[in-house]
Amino acid sequence: MTLLFQLLVNGLIVGALYGVVAMSFVLIYKASRIVNFAQGEFLLIGAWTCWWLLTSWQLPFWIGFPITLAFMMVFGIVLQVVVLRPMIGEPIISVIMVTIGLSIFFQAMMKWMFGVFAKPFPTIFASPTVNILGLDVQTVYVMSLVISLLIMAGFGWFFKYSRMGLAMRATAFDQQVAQSLGISVRHMFAMSWAISAMVSAVAGVTVGVVNGVSSALSFFGIKVFPAVILGGLDSVAGAVLGGLIVGVLENLAHYLDSQWLNWGNMYEIAPFYVLIVILMIKPYGLFGTKDIERV
Amino acid sequence: MANISLIPCGDFKTRYAADTTIFPTTTSRNFAILGVLLLLLCPAFMDRYWLNLCIQIGYLGIAALGLNILVGFTGQISIGHAAFFGFGAFSSAWLSNSFGIPVALAIPLAGVMTTAVGMLFGIPAARLKGLYLAIATLAAQYILQDFFARADWFTGGTAGTIAEPFTLFGFAFDTDESYFYVVLVYMVVMFILATNLMRSRDGRALVAVRDHYLSAEIMGINLTKYRTMSFGISSFYAGIGGALYAHYLQFVSVEGFTILFSIQFLGMIIIGGLGSIMGSLMGTAFMVLLPEVMQAITTALSGTAIDAALNLKDAIAFLREMAIGLVIILFLVFEPDGLAHRWKQIKAYWKLYPFSH
Repeated sequence: MTLLFQLLVNGLIVGALYGVVAMSFVLIYKASRIVNFAQGEFLLIGAWTCWWLLTSWQLPFWIGFPITLAFMMVFGIVLQVVVLRPMIGEPIISVIMVTIGLSIFFQAMMKWMFGVFAKPFPTIFASPTVNILGLDVQTVYVMSLVISLLIMAGFGWFFKYSRMGLAMRATAFDQQVAQSLGISVRHMFAMSWAISAMVSAVAGVTVGVVNGVSSALSFFGIKVFPAVILGGLDSVAGAVLGGLIVGVLENLAHYLDSQWLNWGNMYEIAPFYVLIVILMIKPYGLFGTKDIERV
Repeated sequence: MANISLIPCGDFKTRYAADTTIFPTTTSRNFAILGVLLLLLCPAFMDRYWLNLCIQIGYLGIAALGLNILVGFTGQISIGHAAFFGFGAFSSAWLSNSFGIPVALAIPLAGVMTTAVGMLFGIPAARLKGLYLAIATLAAQYILQDFFARADWFTGGTAGTIAEPFTLFGFAFDTDESYFYVVLVYMVVMFILATNLMRSRDGRALVAVRDHYLSAEIMGINLTKYRTMSFGISSFYAGIGGALYAHYLQFVSVEGFTILFSIQFLGMIIIGGLGSIMGSLMGTAFMVLLPEVMQAITTALSGTAIDAALNLKDAIAFLREMAIGLVIILFLVFEPDGLAHRWKQIKAYWKLYPFSH
């Protein structure tokens, strides 16, 4: 029973991270209608950059981390301007393929630059575990949960009250109307990529601190799909909920598997079965807007 | 009108049949036949290295053509093609190992089995389109990959499975020289089949689904039927390609059919040209030769300062992946219609040669 409880807690923590990544995925999709298959590589690049700053330059975490975020912001903007902007107006297949191309390009580049083996982060916390409600929880997990919640709250504030967030929502709602109100749509596209890259990098660093940095991080970008489809592709709240559900679900599947089924590998593969089922029953997810097409 | 040997000036046709011939002119047909005849002579003067590359282009080209029918002609994106390719490879090996079915028969049967699996995963395709479908096929890729690792009875599990060599009337095609002909025959047949498909009512329906599916539906085209059919055809081609791969290497391992391989297939058809039959082959050739060219460059650079700085020898595997990604992006940004389009432009230039404007 404790195992089940432990797995559920793990599920919630990992699920919150999925939620964060899913949110940044949805942000890009909402703003520019681009499905970003390279989301996992944002995590990877962010984590490796931070790792490199912390180990090669011996910077303390509180300096290295903001530098990483600044770098990711520039990276997101450059990527959007150089690669994605020429693709505006191209068919959806081309845009998807460009992000897939980016994904394998950066994945290979990171492997080339930093090697294929997982490398641990320098220790950030003095005490490895804290005791919460009689459960030993690793401090990094607590940190990751807190960071996830902070990001989610930040997103909530950003889209509800900040000027730029409102402008982004307007752009997502109707680009022409937004433009006529004096919002620079190009600016918004670039900013959405920048924010998405930054937020993903935070998630990447968090996972890196927990598990060590390796190219396995980019698998988060794939795991995001079950989460966003479950929540609905264009719903930020749905993304969070979808992430949590997927996180809990894969741990439950793992529990079932280790206790009774013994099939192995259910942890990895269960979300994809769920994904297929959702697509068959409710392709627009829990909160997604259904496309209504008129001729 | 008698058969003309060169394309006339202007595009005047009085019958639909004239608009949908396999070869536009007698000359182009003769050239195609000549090309196949020249290929027949290849094993006589090519060494094993080049033959191996040609065979790879052959079986990968068949699978890429299948993907092009799905993506290029029907407009349904699939990111799970390698899984179907792998399924074909395993089915053919399984059929010949477990039931003693001769390999010559097992290859088409493997195609049929893969079609069945493809249709199963194609069911979502009946309802979904665009990116939703892309994500569904992504799930198919991981589910099938997991199935390969799990199903010992079918794939031999992690140990992999042995595939019998291709035999016909007691003659074993187990060398590169002889297997080349097997692949060539399959390739010619599959490419002619695909060309013919695109001339038929069904083929035009697929293109209509791609171009404007609502209009297509209004014109009486059954979207569900044609989307699922397209998935089936593409899986059939993947299955045949995979089976040829299995009997060429005579061993199939569960590890090869990753998402990177699927992306490589997509890369092939994008480089070659979406919606072009010959383009599929050109793209495959490009993708197969790319690592070889990179290898050659690395060898040429070895010992120089660049080599010392980048440590090219160890990096070649990563550089290859990076090149694949980069080539896909560059083609999409600068030449979205692929090599086939470039080839057409070259032809048009020479057709109008001195006055090309």
